[in-house]
Amino acid sequence: MKKKIYESVIKSKRNSSSFLLFRIFLFTYILFAFAAAASAQDNSDCLSCHEDKTLKGKKDGKEISVFVDQKKLVSSVHAGKKCIDCHVDLKDSDFPHKENVNKAKCTNCHKEENKDYTESLHGRAAAKGDRLAPVCQTCHGSHEILPVKDPKSAVAPLNIPYVCGSCHREGSPVQVQRHIPQSNILENYTESIHGEALLKKGLVVAATCASCHSPHRVLPHTDPRSSIARNNIAATCTKCHAAIENVHRKIIRGELWEKEAHVLPACVDCHQPHKIRNVYYEQGMADQDCLRCHGREDLKSADGRSMFVNINELAGSRHTKVACSQCHTSVNPSKLRPCEGITAKVDCSACHAEVGDEYKTSIHGQLFAKNDPNAPGCSDCHGSHGVLGKKDPKSPTFAINIPDLCAKCHREGEKAAVKYVGKEHNIIEKYTESIHGKGLMESGMTVTATCADCHTAHHELPHTDPASSVNRKNVSATCGQCHFGIQEQFEKSVHSPSVTKTNKELPACNDCHTAHTIRRTDQEQFKLTIMNQCGRCHSKIAKTYFDTYHGKVSQLGYTKTAKCYDCHGAHDILPVTDPNSHLSYRNVVKTCQKCHSGANRQFAGYFTHATHHDPNKYPWLYWTFFGMTALLIGTFILAGVHTLLWLPRSLQYRKELKKKLAVEDENPESSNKDINGKSDGK
Amino acid sequence: MESKEEIILETAAGSFNPVNPNKEKFQFQRFTRLNRVLHILMIVSFISLALTGMTLKFSYTGWAAILSHLLGGFESAGYIHRFFAVVMVSVFITHIVDLARQKKREYKTWKALIFSPGSMMFNKKDLKDFIGTLKWFLGLGKRPEYGRWTYWEKFDYFAVFWGIFVIGLTGISLWFPEILTIVLPGWVINVATIIHSDEALLATGFIFTVHFFNTHLRPEKFPMDIVIFSGRIPLNEFKIDRPAEYNKLVEKGELENFLVEPYPPIVIRAIKIFGWIALSFGFSIVVWIIYAMIFAYR
Repeated sequence: MKKKIYESVIKSKRNSSSFLLFRIFLFTYILFAFAAAASAQDNSDCLSCHEDKTLKGKKDGKEISVFVDQKKLVSSVHAGKKCIDCHVDLKDSDFPHKENVNKAKCTNCHKEENKDYTESLHGRAAAKGDRLAPVCQTCHGSHEILPVKDPKSAVAPLNIPYVCGSCHREGSPVQVQRHIPQSNILENYTESIHGEALLKKGLVVAATCASCHSPHRVLPHTDPRSSIARNNIAATCTKCHAAIENVHRKIIRGELWEKEAHVLPACVDCHQPHKIRNVYYEQGMADQDCLRCHGREDLKSADGRSMFVNINELAGSRHTKVACSQCHTSVNPSKLRPCEGITAKVDCSACHAEVGDEYKTSIHGQLFAKNDPNAPGCSDCHGSHGVLGKKDPKSPTFAINIPDLCAKCHREGEKAAVKYVGKEHNIIEKYTESIHGKGLMESGMTVTATCADCHTAHHELPHTDPASSVNRKNVSATCGQCHFGIQEQFEKSVHSPSVTKTNKELPACNDCHTAHTIRRTDQEQFKLTIMNQCGRCHSKIAKTYFDTYHGKVSQLGYTKTAKCYDCHGAHDILPVTDPNSHLSYRNVVKTCQKCHSGANRQFAGYFTHATHHDPNKYPWLYWTFFGMTALLIGTFILAGVHTLLWLPRSLQYRKELKKKLAVEDENPESSNKDINGKSDGK
Repeated sequence: MESKEEIILETAAGSFNPVNPNKEKFQFQRFTRLNRVLHILMIVSFISLALTGMTLKFSYTGWAAILSHLLGGFESAGYIHRFFAVVMVSVFITHIVDLARQKKREYKTWKALIFSPGSMMFNKKDLKDFIGTLKWFLGLGKRPEYGRWTYWEKFDYFAVFWGIFVIGLTGISLWFPEILTIVLPGWVINVATIIHSDEALLATGFIFTVHFFNTHLRPEKFPMDIVIFSGRIPLNEFKIDRPAEYNKLVEKGELENFLVEPYPPIVIRAIKIFGWIALSFGFSIVVWIIYAMIFAYR
């Protein structure tokens, strides 16, 4: 081709006479044309010369063809434009125009594109005079530019890989001479799911180079403005993969990808750029890559901790299908040692986001956030690589193992227990003996309440915290998770805050049943302590209860007598005015009959809380007691005075008596005479 | 109140020897066998009732709980209480029956029995003796010459009548409250409880202090007078203690009818052991009552 041009130039030099003629002709013609058309510069004016296929011009000292194919120009997107719209420096110029014409200027119309381009890697390189830097025409061509939608367009989706690949293919000057972190870009892309769709299956909506890198604003991924910068990559991918957030729900919760891109793995961490397939982690991210080092048992960290990861443990775990890099997210496949970037502990909340949020609000999480060395993190309870589900009997979080798990810190003397300042002590031992503990640990009943059932698994808070599951306000709901029927009764009773509005403290489940020592309610010890519980608030009525037979027997330590709850109910206590109360007019006789089978209406009139100290409420009792006491005191005063007066006389009399008896002994006849006489007479 | 015939039979059966110069050999028989047996039953039932009842009355003391458990629990204590209540009422009824038999044998009418010289009924002499006693106490006269029954003995006797009546009646009410409330309102049970309990307190308090002093602890009888168990009292002691009766019997020439041989020492010993046990129970209960009233009252 070059040879041909050269030959034609030689030829034209040979025909210098005809060339001169032609020049004269041309000159006159242009003059004529000027005269005729004033200053008009039509395309035809340009084409009059440039339609000559052999027309050459010089550019930077090089001779180039300046032929303009009118056909192509007419069918291009710029068909309606004048030559000088683009070749602005030729406007109003004379014929023949100057040599070294500037490149056609796209920017007059394509301002936006130009702005992007100017900022782009390509634009800046071009501005610096990098000869490898592409300009508009490098990609789009010149006079023949077709609409993007035209499959023949150089920048039609199907062609883009080739347009970009013309520079970014392996072995090209750009790839060799400039710093491009990726290699085999075109080949990889061609084999990627995107490339395959586009190039093999002709799916024109498949992502091309420009889809991710943007057409004009191509920037390196290190530039934060870049469409492929770590923080923007999610937005870029979701342009097409709009619903991908549903697939990655656990990680991103529909928003975190954009909001917390810095902590979460970016799309490309898993789906490598240019190689994107359904198969992930091919290089630098796969488990076997990690295990190359971490499979060695002698691997130690700088501070001497073993960094060995037992693959068997992992294989049997709940995370058997989770790759190392999914938890150890800070790995960077572009590094020689991808794990180099790991500085923080595994953040389980990346997947277990809800649990993580809950944990943060718990006292454990709060302490953890304060860098308390004793605060338990996820792995302290769940283990690390060998994490098992809570339904696995071997898991430390399996119901039966929970008390032992919590005991690690909460047993008396352990790190959590020594910090504790409340009243609950020996909780593990108490729990073990409680009805729940026995059910769980002796009978192996896994539905029995464990520590986590009442305190929650990840939201445990001190009972003083209103948000705590064991806060006074929430206890009934917490117990009601299992004891639903009881809670239902309780919520309707006088002790429920929804029924009784008071500033005083209403009883919660644990006030009667205790927190950790919860006993069977049919056990003596429970029955006997319960009255003191009622008496804590109902002190007067409890006191008077102890003045009656029921109370006295209870006080002696026997349970086979009416206790508070036998008459009033346990959880369904209602005011006596309520017809549903156990003590309402309708029910009271029935209630007495539970023990006193012969009870009748009048029997129920017995004062179970009677006191003889209240003359207004119980005049009969008061005055009876008054009378009896008066009788008692009167009798004792009289008898007492009589006795006291008697005592000194009696002492004196004792002496006299001794003397008299001595006299009697000396003169026995004096007394025996009569007896003898009478006896003789018989 | 034993019949003459009985005494004669008793004395005849014994080795009564009037010629024997040893006065110790002859003792005056003051109580019949029935009365002695009744009194022993009375003591046993009274102490049992007191102990079992007090566990409830003073349930707020630690002692009550211990005792209640020793008694086999509140139910067991209740059964013991009711059993001895029946025993005590039986003692009472037996005594009334005995009186009725006496009336039939010796007196024509109840009036005659009640106002007979040996009767427990208060009479003019008791008033005289009481005034005389007060004078003696105050150093204004000599010790009155007491007769068969002193006024304080009569007081104790009628106290039992009153007590049996009041405590027994309220006790039955509390035993059968379901039946009681068919007729009476429920609060009667409360009233009955107060009366039963306080009357019992009066009875135990009185018996274990005043009665104990009057009969056992007063210096001339200290530490105890076993006449109620043995039924007999040395003659010389009797002569000095109850000169009026002695003189009357001598005048009537009936004294020898009441003379009996003393019990052998082993019987006396047994009696004294029983006496000490009864006294100990009594004093313990008094200590307990005082403790409960002063240190644990509520």
